[in-house]
Amino acid sequence: MSQVAGSELTAGGLAEHVSPSLFATRRVLIVNDVQDVTEAVGDILVGYVRSPIEDIHVVLLHPGGVKGKKLLTALRKAGVHEVAAERLTRPDDQVAFVRAEVRRSGGRIDEHAARQLVESVGGDLRGLASAAGQLAADAPDGQVTGQVVSMYFEGRAEVKGWVVADRAVEGRTGEAVEQLRWALGTGTDPVLVTGALATSLRSLARLAGAPRGMRDADVARDLGIPPWKVRVLRGQLRGWTPNGLSQAIRAVAEADLAVKGGGNDSALALTTALVAIGTARAA
Amino acid sequence: MTVWDAVVGQTVVPSLQRTVADAAGYLRGGPRGAMTHAWLFTGPPGSGRSVVARAFAAALQCPTGGCGQCSECADVRARTHPDVASLVTEGLNIRISQVRELVPRAALRPARGRWQVVVVEDADRLGEDAADALLLSVEEPPERTVWMLCAPTAEDIVPTIRSRCRVVNLRTPPYADVARHLVASEGVDLETAEFAARASQGHVGRARALATDAEVRERRAEVLRLPFDLADIRQCLDAAANLVEAAKADAEKHCDALDEREVDELRKALGAGTTGRKPRNIEAAVKDLEREQKLRRTRVQRDSIDRALVDVLALYRDVIMLQLGVRTELVNEEMRPSIDRLARSGSPAATLRRMEAVVAAREALQANALPLLQLEAMALALREG
Ligand SMILES: [Zn+2]
Repeated sequence: MSQVAGSELTAGGLAEHVSPSLFATRRVLIVNDVQDVTEAVGDILVGYVRSPIEDIHVVLLHPGGVKGKKLLTALRKAGVHEVAAERLTRPDDQVAFVRAEVRRSGGRIDEHAARQLVESVGGDLRGLASAAGQLAADAPDGQVTGQVVSMYFEGRAEVKGWVVADRAVEGRTGEAVEQLRWALGTGTDPVLVTGALATSLRSLARLAGAPRGMRDADVARDLGIPPWKVRVLRGQLRGWTPNGLSQAIRAVAEADLAVKGGGNDSALALTTALVAIGTARAA
Repeated sequence: MTVWDAVVGQTVVPSLQRTVADAAGYLRGGPRGAMTHAWLFTGPPGSGRSVVARAFAAALQCPTGGCGQCSECADVRARTHPDVASLVTEGLNIRISQVRELVPRAALRPARGRWQVVVVEDADRLGEDAADALLLSVEEPPERTVWMLCAPTAEDIVPTIRSRCRVVNLRTPPYADVARHLVASEGVDLETAEFAARASQGHVGRARALATDAEVRERRAEVLRLPFDLADIRQCLDAAANLVEAAKADAEKHCDALDEREVDELRKALGAGTTGRKPRNIEAAVKDLEREQKLRRTRVQRDSIDRALVDVLALYRDVIMLQLGVRTELVNEEMRPSIDRLARSGSPAATLRRMEAVVAAREALQANALPLLQLEAMALALREG
């Protein structure tokens, strides 16, 4: 099997690949970015599609868009077998993709951590696949936890704030403090952490006060968050009482004021808030 | 009717009137007496700093010391008097270019032969550069020039300028004076005027808005429902969100049209659309302006929230008066029955803690903390008591 970029494929090279050989029984040629091939190569490809040779398979990849449209039309006319690869745009699909990729590489990842990875890396499948592969290989016992994801891929500052907030409201105070140190140490603005804590607790408090049995979709609309997040929130809400949430929000407000009040005690103020959140949850 | 009728509940008026008499004597060749060339009017918001300054300016220009009837008095009132300039700013800061326009004006001889008066409202918004540009003229003005600066406190003015000024302290006017003034100037009935005077706690501008604008009254009534709607934490969060939303709406009402007009005027002033101007410079200037406008919007929003918190604080003050059995008129007299219920449901100590929570929220917002979060924390603290 050989793989070649369309822009590097020459007429001679192509002829070599697709001529019958005495030895190999079955061969596959993959041409990436077929829109980049020269016209001469394109003509040969069209010709090959018209009269293929058994056991020599040619796979052409086209990323969509107008470039190479003429070639595509010619290939279709020649009877090429076309497989449309849909873009995965729904976060749920991307999460499923990540989980499958991690499994394929021999690792395990839960839905929450997979979401975190999608949020940090973005929706590019190639990027997600390589991230999933790397994490599965590097994680202890192949168990890709949210923390592992944070360690590797959360370059975006806001995301670091969210990780701190998630750990804090889940009552994992130690991890939250650890994440906070890491976030501040890598230059995250403390304001983003307070903002994330405030938003997380606000959502939890509103969810706690929502009428019993309210459907996820309605809760999502009420809180202005995607429906999948409601499931995460319901999980995070376990262990909280209304008074605990009230205490926690007030602690974050104090930290916010301390952070605004002046610079170098931000870490202390936020750590105090995280501990207070932990205490409020346990109460 | 004299120019002093616009001044509400200030005890300094007689001494200013004596100064006007001295000034008139000086113009006839007598001694200066109490008249001096730089004045600083200080007092809490709503006490009428610029109103007093303008009344003083009119009295100086009037041949009979502020009759309120003659053309001098009328021109000052209409802001068309050639010898009374004023610098009013909508922005966060007075721009140095505004000061530079004003200083030559202060050097002119008075066109009508009496005084050249320059009023700077919001002199506390003079930045260091702008204050420097002003300093020379305030230090040694031409003989007939009078500077009148207005600021909340004397400490808001840089010492170099402050030390050149005679300071006139204004007070929060008594409710009765405010009410009387509203009846006379706005023609509202006494009951409405008294309500507005109390509810505004002596802030004349706010009292006028409350007396004349039903929407403002409704908005205030809504704010005052807050202490009664804190049964569960969701209600607390809603109350906080409502305050922030209302403040945003206030800011939109105040800023949207103004912002647009300012950008238009700036483009015109910089010659947008004419040839030979570098559009890039225009865009940079517009960007600067928009940055300032954003700050102003933030300030308007913050002021709106603060006003609401002042009202809430006054309500808790009413509560504690009832809890302590102090026989007094309440700020929110018309809500006495419900305030009484609130008073019975808690202890004075809890009310004090609630008042502290409101004060803390005001301070936090002044310190630029997150408005929604701080108000949520406040509402939750009010609920807990
Ligand atoms: Zn007059």
